[in-house]
Amino acid sequence: MNNLNYILPEIFISLSIMFLLILGVFKKKSSNLVHYFSIGFLLITGILIFNNSLDLNITLFRGSYIIDSLSSYMKILTILGGAIVLSISRKYLKLFKIFLIEYPILILCSILGMMVMISSNDLIVFYVGLELQSLALYVLASFNRDQLKSSESGLKYFVLSALSSGLLLYGCSLIYGFSGSTNFNLISQSINSDNHFLTFGIVFILVGLAFKISAVPFHMWAPDVYEGSPTSVTLFFAIVPKVAALTIFIRFLYVPFINVIDQWQTIIVFLSIASMIFGAVAAIGQKNLKRLIAYSSIGHIGYSLAGLAPGTNDGIQSSIVYISIYIVMNFGLFSCLLMMKRNDKYFETIDDLSGLSKHHPVLSLSMLIILFSLAGIPPLAGFFAKFYIFKSVIEESMYFLAIVGLLSTVIAAFYYLKIIKVIYFDEEKEKYDTDHSLWLKISLTSSTLLILLYFIFPSKLVEIVSRINII
Amino acid sequence: MIEIGLGHYLTLGVIIFTIGTIGIFLNRKNIIVILMSIELILLAVNINLVAFSIFLNDISGQIFTLFILTVAAAEAAIGLAIIVVYYRNSSTIRVEEINSLKG
Repeated sequence: MNNLNYILPEIFISLSIMFLLILGVFKKKSSNLVHYFSIGFLLITGILIFNNSLDLNITLFRGSYIIDSLSSYMKILTILGGAIVLSISRKYLKLFKIFLIEYPILILCSILGMMVMISSNDLIVFYVGLELQSLALYVLASFNRDQLKSSESGLKYFVLSALSSGLLLYGCSLIYGFSGSTNFNLISQSINSDNHFLTFGIVFILVGLAFKISAVPFHMWAPDVYEGSPTSVTLFFAIVPKVAALTIFIRFLYVPFINVIDQWQTIIVFLSIASMIFGAVAAIGQKNLKRLIAYSSIGHIGYSLAGLAPGTNDGIQSSIVYISIYIVMNFGLFSCLLMMKRNDKYFETIDDLSGLSKHHPVLSLSMLIILFSLAGIPPLAGFFAKFYIFKSVIEESMYFLAIVGLLSTVIAAFYYLKIIKVIYFDEEKEKYDTDHSLWLKISLTSSTLLILLYFIFPSKLVEIVSRINII
Repeated sequence: MIEIGLGHYLTLGVIIFTIGTIGIFLNRKNIIVILMSIELILLAVNINLVAFSIFLNDISGQIFTLFILTVAAAEAAIGLAIIVVYYRNSSTIRVEEINSLKG
């Protein structure tokens, strides 16, 4: 029974989901209340996780559930991301008349699924967490159900994600059959590179995971889903599931498959190179900002996968730092997107940004900083993120990966700079509304400041992350 | 008389899995067929898992199968709900006409 203390966060969040459902059903017009409550519950869950110290390393339920520094750190990131998404999307939801009780509850459900997935140390637990996450995300993508685009994006996400779950499960069944266990640690003991069926299983699992993290060549759902879903849901998609998927990538590669590193290394290098190049090249012709963000996030996922390729603790840590900084940058970018509103209508193409600097100098300046950081220009945070990745890749003398990464950074800089040119040098348009909610302003200011001032204390984040040792 | 062993079950699993995957990619007509193909893929996994479980004399494969069956039911329910919502907006569920998002 003592063990239950360690999964208190999960128990708390599932109880609060049930409580909120009942509250929402029995109390009329409670969407505002449910919204505030769910933010509060998320923060309490974060505190509960923080309460279990970061240096724990224990397995629960006969080794099927693991609480270690990786899982605690990633869970805190997930929960913070969820809470910020909920707090900055209130106005948007109200305007589209989708400010319903189901919205925060579905987000809580998917976060619960991600927490289970992050902590899983067993194929069955992993699968249940993954499906809990995806089932909630299907509904979220088609949340604006009276709109054709939103329902279509939900449909596309459903079909492709269900297919990827199927591939993943087929891989899981092969791994189970030829290693004789569903536990990650037991699998790692009995896995070896002589058995071709096991190799098949590994490939299937990696393909399924690449779908979830939207790495090229399994990225085709991302741009459509990002464009079609409501912007607040796109914000959630671009940030929170990526953290969980990256964690499970790390877990799979470095716990059960650690002995066959020479087999998956080429696959990861390929995924990473393809994502970096494709993300940079395909974003150039985009007109819609949400689509452009989708391609840029594909590129960023490529960089964080590059950190997983060398097979060292340094690489894993650099990739975790990368995803943390990526989250901050994306929050800033989406806050800008949520501020582009005129007469209760949201704008989301690059042309709508033209001449923004004339009327909104502060918004344009913060957007400039965020875009420079996404492009990786020093001394902003995005540069350091890329620097750590390339450092750990070069230390293992994988020069080709590093060179391709640097080249695609240069290509990607083109479209980021193009947006900046549109903001500062194109003809001005009408003024946008300035009555933004306080949370949106706080989110934009704090993410911009974090990006701008990261170089003063670059070692703080690295220090926290360096406690995560997998190998 | 041939003895039916693990290999036969795995072959059956591979065949059903392939039918399911091809069904998703070649189908141009109806989205319900895609839903059925997804179910086929999950069933192929179930056959695999039960066969392995008997072969290894280990119960966890069958437990896994029960989980997959449950989740597949929930997934089908949500999938059908999304299809109904989509049909209300576009009054078609032909796969080739689902193209308002592209670029």
